[in-house]
Amino acid sequence: MNKSLPKWVDLGLIPFFTLLLAFAVSGLVVMSIGQNPIEVVKVMLQGAFNPFGIGHTLYFTTNFIFTGLAVAVAFHARLFNIGGEGQAGVAGVGVAVVMLAFDWPHWTIALLAGTLAAMAFGAAWAAIPAYLQAKRGSHIVITTIMFNLIATALIGYLLVGPMQAEGSLPESPSFPPGAALPSMYEILGWFGIPFDKFAPANISFFMALIAAVFVWVLIWKSRLGYEMRAFGHSERAAVYAGISPLKITMVAMLLSGALSGMMAINTVQGEAERLVLGAVEGAGFIGIAVALMGRSHPVGVVLAAFLFGILTQGGAELQFTLGIPAQMITVIQALIIMFTGSLENMVRIPLEKLFLNTGKRGAAS
Amino acid sequence: MSSVTKNAGRLDAVAPAIELIGISKAFGPVQANKNISMTVAKGAIHGIVGENGAGKSTLMSILYGFYKADAGAVKINGVPTQINDSHDAIAAGIGMVHQHFMLVDNFTVLENVILGAEEGATLGPSLRKARKELKRLADEYELDVDPDALIDDISVGFQQRVEILKALYRQAEILILDEPTGVLTPDEADHLFRILRNLKEQGKTIVIITHKLREIMDVTDSVSVMRRGEMTKTIATATTSPEDLAEAMVGRRVLLEVNKVPAQVGETVMEVRDLSVTDIHKVKRLKGVSFELKRGEILGIAGVAGNGQSELLEVIAGIGPATSGEVLMHGEAIDVSAKANAQLRRHRGISHVPEDRHQRGLVMPFMTWENTTFGYHNEPEYCGKYGLANQRFMVEDARGKMERFDIRPPNPQLVASSFSGGNQQKIVLAREIERNPDVLLIGQPTRGVDIGAIEFIHQQIVNLRDAGKAILLVSVELDEIQALSDRILVMFDGVIQGERMPEDTNEGELGLLMAGVDPETGK
Repeated sequence: MNKSLPKWVDLGLIPFFTLLLAFAVSGLVVMSIGQNPIEVVKVMLQGAFNPFGIGHTLYFTTNFIFTGLAVAVAFHARLFNIGGEGQAGVAGVGVAVVMLAFDWPHWTIALLAGTLAAMAFGAAWAAIPAYLQAKRGSHIVITTIMFNLIATALIGYLLVGPMQAEGSLPESPSFPPGAALPSMYEILGWFGIPFDKFAPANISFFMALIAAVFVWVLIWKSRLGYEMRAFGHSERAAVYAGISPLKITMVAMLLSGALSGMMAINTVQGEAERLVLGAVEGAGFIGIAVALMGRSHPVGVVLAAFLFGILTQGGAELQFTLGIPAQMITVIQALIIMFTGSLENMVRIPLEKLFLNTGKRGAAS
Repeated sequence: MSSVTKNAGRLDAVAPAIELIGISKAFGPVQANKNISMTVAKGAIHGIVGENGAGKSTLMSILYGFYKADAGAVKINGVPTQINDSHDAIAAGIGMVHQHFMLVDNFTVLENVILGAEEGATLGPSLRKARKELKRLADEYELDVDPDALIDDISVGFQQRVEILKALYRQAEILILDEPTGVLTPDEADHLFRILRNLKEQGKTIVIITHKLREIMDVTDSVSVMRRGEMTKTIATATTSPEDLAEAMVGRRVLLEVNKVPAQVGETVMEVRDLSVTDIHKVKRLKGVSFELKRGEILGIAGVAGNGQSELLEVIAGIGPATSGEVLMHGEAIDVSAKANAQLRRHRGISHVPEDRHQRGLVMPFMTWENTTFGYHNEPEYCGKYGLANQRFMVEDARGKMERFDIRPPNPQLVASSFSGGNQQKIVLAREIERNPDVLLIGQPTRGVDIGAIEFIHQQIVNLRDAGKAILLVSVELDEIQALSDRILVMFDGVIQGERMPEDTNEGELGLLMAGVDPETGK
């Protein structure tokens, strides 16, 4: 079948309907525990968008944009990077090591150094699975999962050993004051826009948006992106065109790891200002769902990241206000992943019938 | 059929074996079959010809119960029959031999034959019965196959016989064969046709789907032509000619012969010396192949698929490593190791139209302008600043190529998969030929390409030769090799079995060489 759906249907209507379906089923689940779905949605949205909540929503969104872009970039080269969790975790170690090493004179320098450290450590953690895939054919899904576990163990060791602050919990010493990044409150304050003073959202949010633009240019405008997409569609074609599978696998995974790693600027340098256990909070995995739902397009990734940001923050509010267990929000996220990821054809096929048939009638008349 | 009453039995004598009445089938917006009616007499061999996508396979799939027709009826031996799945088809006495065989590779012939027709919980009785039956069929129809051989170990010709045996074992009275000779040597094809004639003499009805007109002329009693989902013509084979059939297929007069003047052969451009390839399974694919390729000639490599031609092209094109031997270009050795890079090959003046345009030659979801630069995308004219691509120029460049090669529809923003096979191939050809290479490697130039485009593609190849370029042509279509080549090498089992000039040889001799037989000694 050569006909394809109009772009707005493909990128707009299908995700919209799948989300609607996911929410409808979520509503049933909510009802089954004796809650009113309308009420739940209200509480969630209020929780995500009230002056206090939005600062958290944007903070989570930032994480998900980075990890979502990471998965998307790798996926264009048909590499399934499940290792965002570990790459972001190790990047946190890198950020902490660099931040603790100097007394930073100004946040701009600290941000630059932190970003480079995060990218380098994230990329390094992706490099070994990438090399094993390219040279030995060890499946990247398996190796990146393994590397998540290794990262967890490594960070755990560092925080009860070499990096632990004296006489404290398993966490590193606090970074010097010069390493602190401008918070969203400060940045918006420069323009006279009021914002919650204690919100965790910070300058990394804007870096995430810049990263999304960079990814768009990379994938669709650069020769490297062209080679990555060619390799992703057909390795045999790539070899025919003289594109090295080793190079593309390495480059795509290093970029992916670096993007995952950049999340640490937000969490470690921007928010916690020290390295704590579990700093990644599952964002590496949510990035997979975000990329899936955003169809590996930077715009889609940003939008999906925002949705998952709302769900995360709104879900916390649900627990707080209505006493609905936090697991409920995991169920809703899972339903969204299920509908957008694997049940998409439920929506796609009827829509295709609808649009392509009317198209035919139009052509016939 | 036994279920038909005695009264209808008399009707039987005159009722056609197959009668299709007003069959229509659409896939989404594509009307694959439009109101098709066809009758095949009992005991006849009937051919269905048409270009790719004309709807031949869809029609037969409806007859075999793979697809359900949107409208229309089927009568078998005069009895209206509802065929919902292959079980119904088998019950109605219809057997099908698919283009891609449906055999279990690690089962024996016997096991494959009874697969799906086992009787009882244990296999013993079925196997014994099948063994007896196979022996009978072998004697009756020249269908000898070792019942205990693994499918993996027998040639495609024999595998096809197993498919036919499967159908006969299920008491098929009507046999449908989809592109049966695509994978056979001429010799094997002749044997197949003998089998089919035998079957016909025993009263079986046979339908052959093919795009090879010569086979239609050789073996069929009547022929139907399909074009764009419609049946344009049904005629007795004796009263038609290949030219008429081609015209009915394409809708206009086509040139079946290639128009060319004698070659002006110049000096040697490329020399292949003692080239060998062992694949990752330690199988020797290429065993010491040597030849020279000269300016202004088309060197054709004939052979049944899988005899080392693909590996030869891949090594020369820099996409597969050689185990030993060398390739010289203008007297200078080129890298044939695993480190070879296809982009460097292009800089050496070697262009390559690969055998598999879906997996290699094109990136199917890429737009035409991305495909017309594929492999040359790092050439300075396509590069922008800062590692970006000069997309505006790439689109302009594609527009020009589409115009010069008559690629339709001429829209550089369309993705490759939305073009017909012929237009896809023209995209690849435009890209490779317009680089003005010294050597063009070209594999299966017209596979899956419609007749109209074949004419154009052949002419482009001849023009390039006349411009003094060297062309290495690999094709499994012997007709194509004979029509285009100025010199023919025949490959069998990784070696060059013989070299012939096209004017001094014939299909019979080439066929023997392709089967690994020395025509002199017969061994």
